[in-house]
Amino acid sequence: MVTAATPLLLAATGELVVERAGVLNLGVEGMMLVGAVAGFTTALATGSHTLALFAAALAGAGLAALFAFLALQLLANQVASGLALTVLGTGLSALAGASRVGIPVERLPRLALPGLSDLPVVGPLLFAHDVLVYGAFAMVPATAWFLGRTRAGMVLRACGENAEAAHALGHPVRRVRWLAVLFGGVMAGLAGAYLSLAYTPMWAEEMTAGRGWIALALVVFAAWRPGRLLLGALLFGGVGILQLHAQGLGLVALPSQILSMLPYLATVMVLVAIATVPGRRRFAAPACLGEPFLPSR
Amino acid sequence: MALGIEPRTEASAFWRFASPVLAVLATMLAGALLFAFLGRDPVVALRAFFVSPLSSVYGLGELGLKATPLVLIAVGLAFGFRAGVWNIGAEGQLTLGAICGGGVALALSGTHAPLALPLVISAGILGGMLWAAIPAFLRARLEVNEILVSLMLSYVALLLLQALVYGPWKDPEGFNFPQSRMFDPAVILEPLWPGTRLHGGAVFALLLVAAAWILDAVGMAAFRLRTLGLAPRAAAYAGFDRRRIVWGTMLASGGLAGLAGVLEVVGPIGQLVPQISPGYGFTAIIVAFLGRLHPLGILLAALLVALSYIGSENAQIEAGLPQAAAGVFQGMLLLFLLAADFFVRYRVRRIDTPRRAREIRPWTP
Amino acid sequence: MTPITRRMLLAGATAGLTLAAVRRRPRAQARLKAGWVYVGPVGDHGWTFRHDVGRREVEAALGDRIETTYVENVQEGPDAERVIRQLAAGGHGIVFATSFGFMNAVLRVAPQFPQVKFEHATGYKTATNVAVYNARFHEGRTVIGTIAGHVTRSGLIGYVGSFPIPEVVMGINAFTLALRRVRPDARVRVVWVNSWYDPGKEADAAKALIDQGADVLAQHTDSPAAVQVAQERGVFAFGQASDMSRFAPRAHLTAIIDNWGPYYVERCRAVLEGRWQTHSIWWGLREGMVQIGPYNPILPQAVVDEAERVRQGLIEGRIHPFAGPIRDQKGELRLPEGRTLSDEDILKMDWYVEGVQA
Repeated sequence: MVTAATPLLLAATGELVVERAGVLNLGVEGMMLVGAVAGFTTALATGSHTLALFAAALAGAGLAALFAFLALQLLANQVASGLALTVLGTGLSALAGASRVGIPVERLPRLALPGLSDLPVVGPLLFAHDVLVYGAFAMVPATAWFLGRTRAGMVLRACGENAEAAHALGHPVRRVRWLAVLFGGVMAGLAGAYLSLAYTPMWAEEMTAGRGWIALALVVFAAWRPGRLLLGALLFGGVGILQLHAQGLGLVALPSQILSMLPYLATVMVLVAIATVPGRRRFAAPACLGEPFLPSR
Repeated sequence: MALGIEPRTEASAFWRFASPVLAVLATMLAGALLFAFLGRDPVVALRAFFVSPLSSVYGLGELGLKATPLVLIAVGLAFGFRAGVWNIGAEGQLTLGAICGGGVALALSGTHAPLALPLVISAGILGGMLWAAIPAFLRARLEVNEILVSLMLSYVALLLLQALVYGPWKDPEGFNFPQSRMFDPAVILEPLWPGTRLHGGAVFALLLVAAAWILDAVGMAAFRLRTLGLAPRAAAYAGFDRRRIVWGTMLASGGLAGLAGVLEVVGPIGQLVPQISPGYGFTAIIVAFLGRLHPLGILLAALLVALSYIGSENAQIEAGLPQAAAGVFQGMLLLFLLAADFFVRYRVRRIDTPRRAREIRPWTP
Repeated sequence: MTPITRRMLLAGATAGLTLAAVRRRPRAQARLKAGWVYVGPVGDHGWTFRHDVGRREVEAALGDRIETTYVENVQEGPDAERVIRQLAAGGHGIVFATSFGFMNAVLRVAPQFPQVKFEHATGYKTATNVAVYNARFHEGRTVIGTIAGHVTRSGLIGYVGSFPIPEVVMGINAFTLALRRVRPDARVRVVWVNSWYDPGKEADAAKALIDQGADVLAQHTDSPAAVQVAQERGVFAFGQASDMSRFAPRAHLTAIIDNWGPYYVERCRAVLEGRWQTHSIWWGLREGMVQIGPYNPILPQAVVDEAERVRQGLIEGRIHPFAGPIRDQKGELRLPEGRTLSDEDILKMDWYVEGVQA
C-alpha cells in the first residue's frame, strides 16, 4: 500500500507545486516515462543508483523545460501543451528504451532504519523501504512547510493566485514558474524511476500504465493542499490493493471488472463526502491556474 | 533596447493561417533530421506521413472516418472549455454512448423494428449525456471538481463495457471471446461511397461545425459562455446562471461524445468489443485547443491530427519506422503547432507597455 | 587529378551496372513482402515481443528473398482494418494479424485482395485466402502445473490472470488438473488484473496472492513483474511467453515460451514457392510452437524427470491435458473417466475445473 502510493505521491507532489505557481502541466505521464527509461538505462550502464536517480530527475526536468519554454516563453496553451508533451514523452521513452527490453536491473536498495525497522508489524510495513519511498512521504510535510511557512513558498503561491500583483510587487513571476515547472519535472522523473528501479525493476514501453493521470487527479482531489495528497494517494493505492485481495479471497461475488472500478469510485465518493461536510471551503484552485502571464519589463 | 513581446489587440489574420503552415514545415524539417538519424530515408518517411494517406479516395475516406469522432467531441468540449467547465472525461462518455447504443441495437436484433437506427443513435447520445450528468450534478450541486469526476468516470466506463462484453452481452456463438453479436444490418450505418468506410456521421460532423460556427458568430449563447469564462463575476452581474451553464455545456459535450461512440459501433465496428476508442476522448482535448476552440479551427485541427495518426501507420508500413519514432514526430507536430500559435496572438517589438495577455480563464471555480 | 577522375568514372559505371542488376533481380527471383500487425508495442516483452522475434527469424532464414514490415500498437477495430488493408494494398504477399480482435477486420479485407494471403492468430474463421493459426499454450501449463504440484508446500497456487478469454481459462484449467494429479488437495487462486500489461498492478496482484499464502505463482500476463515479486518474497514462479529467468534466477522454475518463428518461416516459404493453402492449425509442444524453457537447477532431478515425462507424453499423444474424470467448480462431473475433451470443447471453455478459485 505504501509502495503503490509512492509513485503517485512523488508525481502529484511535483504537480501540486507546479499548479500552485499557476501553471497546469498535464504532461506528467510523459515526464514519468522519460524518467523511468533514463533511470533504468543509467542504472544499467553505470551500476550506480545515485546516478540513475539523477538521470531520471534530469530527464524529467528536461521534458519539463520544453513545456516551460512553450507555456512560459511562448505563452502557448498549457492544457494542450501538456497533452502534447505526453505524446512526445511516450514516443521518446519507447525509442530510447527499445534495445533495453527484457533486461533486469538491480533493485533500489532498501534502507532499514535502525530501531524502527525492527518494530513488530509496523516495522516491515513502514520502515523497510528504499530512499524514494521515504523521500516521497517526507516531501509531503516538506512541501506543506515550504508553501505555508517560507517566504519563497508565499511568493510561489502569490504567482499562482495573482500573477499581476506578484509582478507589481517585484516578484520574478516567470522565473518562479520556471523553477516550479522544473521541480515538477524532477518529481515526475523520480516517480518514473521508482517504477523502473524499485516497484518493478525493468523497462517496458508505457510501463507507467496511466499513473501520471491519476497523479493529476489526486492534485485536484487534494484541493491543492499537500496533506490531503497523502490521503488521496493512500486511498487510491490502498483500495486498488484491497480489491486484489478481495478477489483472491473470493469475498465478493462480483465480476473482477466491477471490483477494478473501486479505486476510481472510492476517490470520487470520498471527494463528494468531503464536499457535503458543512462549513467546508470551496475547492480552491489557484486563481491564475493555466493562465499565461506576460510580464512587462 | 531589448525586444519585448506585445499582445496583439486582434489576432493576426495573416499568422492565423501562416502559423500552422510554419509549424508543419518546422516539423517536417525536425522530422527529416530524426528519420535520417534513425537511418531511414526522410523523403520516403515524410511522404508516408503527409502524402500517401491523401492519395486515394479510400485514403480520404479514412481521414474523414478518423476525424469524425474528433470533430464531434472537440466541438462539444469547446463549449465547456470556453465557459471554464472542464469536462475531460469525453472518453468515458463516448464509451457510454457505445454501451447504450449498442445495448439497444442488441435488444432490437431480429425484431425488424422500424426506425431502429435512429433509436440506436438516440440511445447513444442519451448514454453520453447520462455519464456527463454525473459530474455536472456534482459540480452544480456540491461544487465537486468536474475534472476529477469526469476523468475517474472514464476508467469506470471502460471497465463497465468490459464487464458487459465479458459477461451478459457476450456472443454465445463466439467461442467465448469477449465481443457481442454482430448487429443487424438494419442498424448498421452504410458507407457514403462504395469502396470507402466514410459514413453519414461525417456529414453530421460538418453540419455541427457549421451550426456551431453560426452560433459562435451571432449567437447569444456563445456570448454568455464567453462572458462567463472571462469573468465569472461580470457574468453573474449579467444574470447568467452558473449552474445552467455547467449543466448545458456538460450535457452538450457528453451527448456529442456519446454520439461519436455510437457512430463507431454502428459504423466501422458493427458490434461491441472490449474497447471502442483509441483515445479519441483525450485526443479531442488537444484538437479543441489546436483549433483555438473555434468550430472551423477544430475541423482543420481534427483533420491534421487524424492525418498524423494515419500517417504514423503509413510511416511504419512504407518507411519501416518504429511506432515510437512516429510518436515522437506526432508530439513534435503538436508542440510546433502550439508554439507557432504565438505569432497569432503576440508580436515581437521594441516596446515596454505592461500588458497582460487576455485569454480564456480555465479552472475558474 | 586524372586518375582520380577516371577511377570515379569507373566507379560510377560499376555502380550503374550494379544498380541495373539490382533492379532486374526481383524479376529473376521472386521476393516476398510480409507484413505483421501487432496489438501492442514490440517492447512489451510479452505477446507482441514474441511475434516480433518470430518476424526477425523470418528475416534471418529467408534473407534477401523476404522483406518484412510491421505496425505496432494497432487498436482492434477500425484502425486494424485500415492497417491490414494498407499492407495488402502496398504489395505485401502475406499479412499476419496477431491478435484475436483483428478477426473481423481480416475477414472484411481479405475478399478485396484475393491474391494476398492472410494469417490470423488465435481466431476461428477461415476463408480461401485466410488461414488461422494458434498455439496450444495449455499444454505448457500441464507441464508447469505438474512442477507446481511437486514444489508447493502450502498447496495454494497464486495465478495472476489478465482477462477471462478462452485461452486464459483453458490455461488455468489445464494447470489445475495437472497440479491436482500430483497434489489432489491443492487449490489455484486467480486474481484478475484486467490488463495484459501493467507491471505495477501485476506486481500488486502477485503480492496479494503471496500474502494470502500462495507459495507458487503462475501468470497469464505479459510482464516479468510477478516473477520478480516471487524472487523477492522467496516463493516460486513460472515465466510467460519468454524465458524470464534473468529477472528471478532463484524463483523462476521454468517458462512457457511462445515460439512463432518456425511457423512464420514455413508460411512465407510456402507463399514464395506457390504452395500456400488456407488451413486452421493448432500447434503445441510437438510442433515446437509452444516450448518449455530451461529448468531451474534448484529443481530436484525427480521433479525435472516427472516434468519431462509429462512433456514427452504430451508430444507423443500419450497424455492429454484434459483427460477425464474432470469435475467443475461445483463438483459436478463434466467428463467421465477414460474420455478426453475435444478441441472444440476446449476452445469454447467457459467454466473452471474443481480446485480453481476465480
